[in-house]
Amino acid sequence: MSESSHYWYRACFAAEIPRRGSIRVSHGRLKIAIFKTAKDEIFALEDKCPHKGGPLSAGIVHNNCVTCPLHNWDISLESGKALGADKGATARFKVQVSDDVVMLYVKKTPSLSVV
Amino acid sequence: MKSKEQLVVIGNGMAPGRMLEHLQEIEPARYKITIFNAEPRVNYNRLMLSPVLSGEKCYEDIITHSDSWYAEHNITLHKHSPITNINTSEKYVTTASGIQKQYDKLVIATGSKPIVIPIPGHDLPGVMVYRDLDDVETMLSVAKKCSNAVVIGGGLLGLEAAAGLSAQGMNVTVVHLADHLMEKQLDKPAALLLEKAMQARGIRILTSANTAQIDGTDKVTGITLKDGTTLPAELVVMAVGIKPSTELAESAGLSVNRGIDVDNQMRTSERSVYALGECVEHHGNCYGLVAPLYDMAKVLAQTLAENSAEYSGSVLSTKLKVSGVDLFSAGDFLGSGDSDEIVVRDAANGVYRRLVLQDNRIVGVVLYGDTSDSAWFFDLLKKQTDISDIRSTVIFGAAYQGDPNADPTSAVAALPDSAEICGCNGVCKSTINTAINGGANSLESVRSITKASASCGSCTGLVEQLLTLSLGEQYQPAELLPMCGCTELGHADVRRLIKAKSLKTIDEVLQALEWSSSCGCAKCRPALNYYLVCEWPADYADDYQSRFINERVHANIQQDGTFSVVPRMWGGVTSASELRAIADVVDKFNVPMVKVTGGQRIDMLGIKKEQLPEVWKDLGTAGFVSGHAYAKGLRTVKTCVGKQWCRFGTQDSTALGVRLEKYLWGSWTPAKVKLAVSGCPRNCAEATCKDIGVICVESGFDLHFAGAAGLDIKGTEVLGHVDTFDEVEEYVSALLQMYREQGHYLERIYKWANRVSIDEIKKQIMENADTRLAYARRFSESQLIAQHDPWASRTDNNMQANEFSLKPVAAVEVVA
Ligand code: SRM
Ligand SMILES: Cc1cc2nc3c(=O)[nH]c(=O)nc-3n(C[C@H](O)[C@H](O)[C@H](O)COP(=O)(O)OP(=O)(O)OC[C@H]3O[C@@H](n4cnc5c(N)ncnc54)[C@H](O)[C@@H]3O)c2cc1C
Ligand code: SF4
Ligand code: FES
Repeated sequence: MSESSHYWYRACFAAEIPRRGSIRVSHGRLKIAIFKTAKDEIFALEDKCPHKGGPLSAGIVHNNCVTCPLHNWDISLESGKALGADKGATARFKVQVSDDVVMLYVKKTPSLSVV
Repeated sequence: MKSKEQLVVIGNGMAPGRMLEHLQEIEPARYKITIFNAEPRVNYNRLMLSPVLSGEKCYEDIITHSDSWYAEHNITLHKHSPITNINTSEKYVTTASGIQKQYDKLVIATGSKPIVIPIPGHDLPGVMVYRDLDDVETMLSVAKKCSNAVVIGGGLLGLEAAAGLSAQGMNVTVVHLADHLMEKQLDKPAALLLEKAMQARGIRILTSANTAQIDGTDKVTGITLKDGTTLPAELVVMAVGIKPSTELAESAGLSVNRGIDVDNQMRTSERSVYALGECVEHHGNCYGLVAPLYDMAKVLAQTLAENSAEYSGSVLSTKLKVSGVDLFSAGDFLGSGDSDEIVVRDAANGVYRRLVLQDNRIVGVVLYGDTSDSAWFFDLLKKQTDISDIRSTVIFGAAYQGDPNADPTSAVAALPDSAEICGCNGVCKSTINTAINGGANSLESVRSITKASASCGSCTGLVEQLLTLSLGEQYQPAELLPMCGCTELGHADVRRLIKAKSLKTIDEVLQALEWSSSCGCAKCRPALNYYLVCEWPADYADDYQSRFINERVHANIQQDGTFSVVPRMWGGVTSASELRAIADVVDKFNVPMVKVTGGQRIDMLGIKKEQLPEVWKDLGTAGFVSGHAYAKGLRTVKTCVGKQWCRFGTQDSTALGVRLEKYLWGSWTPAKVKLAVSGCPRNCAEATCKDIGVICVESGFDLHFAGAAGLDIKGTEVLGHVDTFDEVEEYVSALLQMYREQGHYLERIYKWANRVSIDEIKKQIMENADTRLAYARRFSESQLIAQHDPWASRTDNNMQANEFSLKPVAAVEVVA
């Protein structure tokens, strides 16, 4: 997949995301969770736990990771990788914030079209 | 058979307590022991009164010998029984209430009394001293109601009292006669650092201040100094020194100087009468710290066992137990004309160290800010070691003598085997290491074998370092389970500190309790959130980001990421219109599954997160509130049909269940809470396996609690019997509040009850009306704030609506 197939998409305002929390956006069938840490850093991951698909957006955010609400895996917000003994990774997306607008770098054509 | 010799002990403080422990070890069978104590309680650790005053510990934490210890050793303890007379010729003692007791051998351990300066107003209500638990309890109750306190005396006790009262929220001023604090233990530079540290916690310090009188007519209103300054105060604590309690010995004709005269075997001037502790004088010295008293205790135990032993006096060192203030002093810290000194200061870190030397030997030590080397210096001092070889670096401490970048345990590693680690109990390094090599692998076990760190606790860190040195990775500091990886503190400590330090936000807790992570983790944050909600119902704003998703969106998350929604059906009773409203919601939102739960209500499963606000809105319009099927809070109150219908019913169990649910719903608890009310002992509502259960009988209501029917199965315990609906509500809400205040996060009622004891809970709720009413009142106050329907608040105020949104992203013209 070439990089040129990716574009910057406007997702939300940074102010809409609660600190130590998240907001969900969709892109076709793809659900993306955008997180804000205690230090106001913003990260975006696919809203799908590498374990059994739990919605990461519903987890508790601490330091730079999120704990999945279903079976408590800790997922790094920076790398999307499961931390500790657990193995697996979730897709992550580049984020840019300018003038409070959060933009995500995602594939132009949604992998599956909207139903 | 020869009957046992009668040993009678007067006073049950720290000194005789320790002596009896030794005696039990070396000669358990020889004496029939009887103790008379003026205080109405068992032996406790007096040194720890300050942490109780500041709220960091509670009375139960500081008990040395519980009632069962006396029973186990067959020792009779008469509490609240001061001795008023000793007849040495006929060998018996008499209590204030006239009871007489014969003795073969007598031990006097009456301790000492705080000095009260007889200035005008010294006997006004509100003027007090600081000596025993009653004093602490009085201070705590005054601190709740009043705001200004003056402490007269800036020595060890005065400063600990001031720090404690200030931690309880009072404005405290310390009035001190000398020109610097703790002048008997500290030199001026260290005292100034201490003064700053006290001021930083909001305590006002007046030195060179002489009190002229205490103001007030029928109670204290303040004090006036000789220079005319007046200070308002509702509480005045005098902490100006102590005086051995010798009246009893004197009137019995024993030789008394400042204290009761004893020889090297702790014998008084009278045959068969011994004395130890703060009440004695040995070669002209009276002591006011425990270390020498413990030395005396060892000697007296040997004397009573008819072994030979000698007490030859003690060298003292001092530590102040104000958390966050580290200071240590020992020996002749002022020095004289021909002594030398070495000083280092580190202003940025508030560190001051001073050694006083005479002929290349340490004779005095003052450490402020960093006391990690105190044991090493104290050892060099006591042994009078020649330090010529290390003179240029000695001040930097033990670690510096080897590798300057050594790890933190190196200071302890460098200590010789004979170095004293625990000053209070005179325990040296080799004794601790022997215990560790013999299998002791926790702080607790080292404590129980050697007594190290069992008194004032300030050497706990050193003992832990020794454990780490010997056991390495194997040693898990604190057998007490820390809350999570972010802290060393256990749940109970955290709860107590939140209260003691008035911590009112999660960030404040993380900062004040030195969390090792920047914002906690998924384990501690929900627990802290609960503790704060429970402690400060009116002040604390619930932190949604610290709640598990279910409590954040008031629905239960399912394996596919959808949610289930359970509305309340009070007591399991429903109606056609309620069922119709549920049916409408199911149709409108295409809910994939509807199920009757084990909790007598209806569950709608498979609802998408973004649908939740709409679903709640419809349910709310129909009159439903959230069933909290997700909450660490009140879940369901199951009922049976009861007297209204059932041929066996004795009371209206359904109405009682509905009433309880309507009163209790909305409250947050450490773990979920489920109730049931059955109309007769046939128990169709299964009340005897619930957290709280009620069984109706002809004569009223049997209250049950601490059952379990989930991961564990356990029948309930009986709490007691009450007569009316009103009483059921009062007793049940009091029990629930007690659990709310004491339970650890995620600890169900039956686990909490096992931890604090079923009997204690019964006693507090059934027998102690004041306590019960206070719990019930705090519950109802908290309900004023807690009892609201979260669905309504979320939909009405559009609060944190972003939680539910799921908008598509939009393309923008930015190129990577
Ligand atoms: C819905 C229900 C099953 C049902 O279809 O009947 C149910 C469903 C769940 N129970 Fe339960 N329990 C349900 C009644 C019970 C009962 C019976 C009762 O309440 O009379 C018990 C035994 C009594 C007890 O509480 O101990 C019960 C003992 C548990 C336990 C074990 C708790 C324990 O401390 O031993 C868990 C696990 C936990 O809480 O950690 C649990 C956890 C769960 C969870 C919340 C699992 C989870 O974390 O997702 C399930 C949520 C499903 C959902 O979304 O609704 N459920 N669960 C019942 C809801 C009752 C209600 O109306 O609120
Ligand atoms: C708040 C506080 C903090 C302290 N901190 C430290 C510290 O950090 N380090 C340190 O080394 N020391 C400290 N001390 C001092 C230490 O507590 C005492 O040295 C020690 O408790 C004295 O023990 P004792 O057995 O001689 O007397 P006590 O413990 O005072 O016991 C005497 C007991 O005898 C009872 N009694 C008196 N007369 C009679 C009678 N006629 N009949 C029956 N009973 C009687 C009294 O009620 C009392 O219970 C502190 C003291 C206080 C008050
Ligand atoms: S018993 Fe309870 S927790 Fe287990 S599957 Fe059934 S509903 Fe879920
Ligand atoms: S699905 Fe995330 S931990 Fe199991």
